[in-house]
Amino acid sequence: MNKNLSNAARLQLRLSRAVCYIILTLISVMCLISFYVLIINSTRSHPDILRGFSFLPGKSFFYNLKSLMANANLPVVRAIFNSLFVSGCTALVTTYFSALTAFAIHAYNFRFKRAAFAFILMIMMVPSQVTALGFVRLMGTFNLIDTFIPLIVPSVACPIVFFFMKQYMEASLPIAIVEAARMDGSSEFRTFNFIVLPIMKPAIAVQGIFSFVTAWNNYFVPSLILKSTENKTVPLLVAQLRNADFLKFDMGQVYMLITIAIVPIIIVYLLLSKYIIRGIAIGSVKE
Amino acid sequence: MNSVHDQVTAVRKKNGSISYAKWGYIFLIPFFLVYVIFSFVPLISVFYNSFFENYMSGLKQVGPNFVGLENYATLFNNNLGKYFYNTLLIWVLGFIPQITISLLLASWFTSLRLRLRVTGLYKTIIYLPNLIMASAFALLFFVLFSDAGPVNDVLMHLGIIDQPYRFLSEVAGTRGLVIAMNFLLWFGNTTILLMAGIMGIDNSLIEAAEIDGAKSFQMFRLITMPLLKPILIYVMITSMIGGLQLFDVPQILTNGSGSPDRTSTTLIMLLNNHLYSKNYGLGGALSVILLIVSAVLSLLVYDSMTREQRMAQREKKRMKEGAGNE
Repeated sequence: MNKNLSNAARLQLRLSRAVCYIILTLISVMCLISFYVLIINSTRSHPDILRGFSFLPGKSFFYNLKSLMANANLPVVRAIFNSLFVSGCTALVTTYFSALTAFAIHAYNFRFKRAAFAFILMIMMVPSQVTALGFVRLMGTFNLIDTFIPLIVPSVACPIVFFFMKQYMEASLPIAIVEAARMDGSSEFRTFNFIVLPIMKPAIAVQGIFSFVTAWNNYFVPSLILKSTENKTVPLLVAQLRNADFLKFDMGQVYMLITIAIVPIIIVYLLLSKYIIRGIAIGSVKE
Repeated sequence: MNSVHDQVTAVRKKNGSISYAKWGYIFLIPFFLVYVIFSFVPLISVFYNSFFENYMSGLKQVGPNFVGLENYATLFNNNLGKYFYNTLLIWVLGFIPQITISLLLASWFTSLRLRLRVTGLYKTIIYLPNLIMASAFALLFFVLFSDAGPVNDVLMHLGIIDQPYRFLSEVAGTRGLVIAMNFLLWFGNTTILLMAGIMGIDNSLIEAAEIDGAKSFQMFRLITMPLLKPILIYVMITSMIGGLQLFDVPQILTNGSGSPDRTSTTLIMLLNNHLYSKNYGLGGALSVILLIVSAVLSLLVYDSMTREQRMAQREKKRMKEGAGNE
């Protein structure tokens, strides 16, 4: 195609490409600069940080890590395990039950099917914060305050993941497969677990990652539910640090805690970004 | 094989035909059970609570006494408008650059004329902030932009300012930081959505316009934009609902105070304050107001998402009727 262009047009194209690359690079720098500062500062000692900013890393990475781990007010390791547990369970529960709900709507014909579907779509847009007040009080009545159950079990009903699964099933789960399984004598539940779920693997992977990240980053609900120090998740420690008196704090520890809260997600994302970006595009836009 | 066949005939004989409908209901049970217990019952109790005076005054429990709509009146008389304004302002000022940049980037990434390389890397980078813990991001900005933080340090070194700019004591500084963070967190997501939308546009339209000699801006304005409209509306309304829920960033940045003088307090921060002080009446009324606002926005989404479908159906029906008349 380029051959047909005149010299002037080719020059113009090259110029506009250059402008695009420059702007894209500037935007990327804008996205990355704060993370760069974060990682640099997490390797520098408190006095160094106070002395002014440097673009080069320091030598105190392990010192900061060790002193953060030794800080009894910030049980980081415990918080990471809590966060991993809650986020992992949430991801499992959410993907499994959303797929199950989507399968119910996709594979069966029953009287209230359309109504059920419309209802789930309707509640998709209700912000979880508006039910928070009643939710917290109810959890108080059930004696579930300061446990992980109120953070995990509600993710069974996740309309957005359901919607994604439903879209995916429409594209890649022919009913004939379900019927074939029936002919072979598989029960409906078995069909779902051993035939439908494996077909849904790509969708489950993408949504699993998203649910995990969302749960890992969640602050609003955990801050209302979790009370004791040993049950706190990572975002709660971050908030606790903001509450603390900053003048008394070792800034190396502060940057180190933020690094620990953010960097694991960055690493996982960089490894899986290709699938994640494709996943957002399929799930969010209807054809 | 035979036995399965026998079984099937046996079931057929009993019921007339095999019906799997009950499995549809069974598989829906977990979703609806959990929804009712953890969302619907709380929602009803929020409504109920909003009509009662019910709070802690020191250690003394006041109420619950039925007060009708008084909580709503109290909210409206107590600066609800101010918090609504804060939320709206932060959303609007973040959304304008967000949609502009996202449209620009999305059209570049998908442009057949430009054929940019390494777009995968750029896409990876711009989506990255969206996955970051908003609370940690806010704490990071708090440290970076504090009076003696790296940003002031660098600005002073470069001779741009003589004295540290006190970002978190100035209204523009604090709101600006919240807006900037919100923008950074979300523009990558919007770009990917718009890209998916643009790639869904029929290529032959673009080729036809190219043959007709359309310039790239004309093409964008006359072909891409109109066809992208449903997705633009979708992006805008979901972003509005997200804006309504703005919480983590200003909460952590200002340590819940919305300082200076609550100019960065959002509606959810206000709700959170009522929840913490166990003021269930006002908290309930505020939740109901938020619910109504988001319900209206959701209706708009639903309408915009189904408009084309409804129009296509109508068209089909008309064609059918037309064919019948012939």
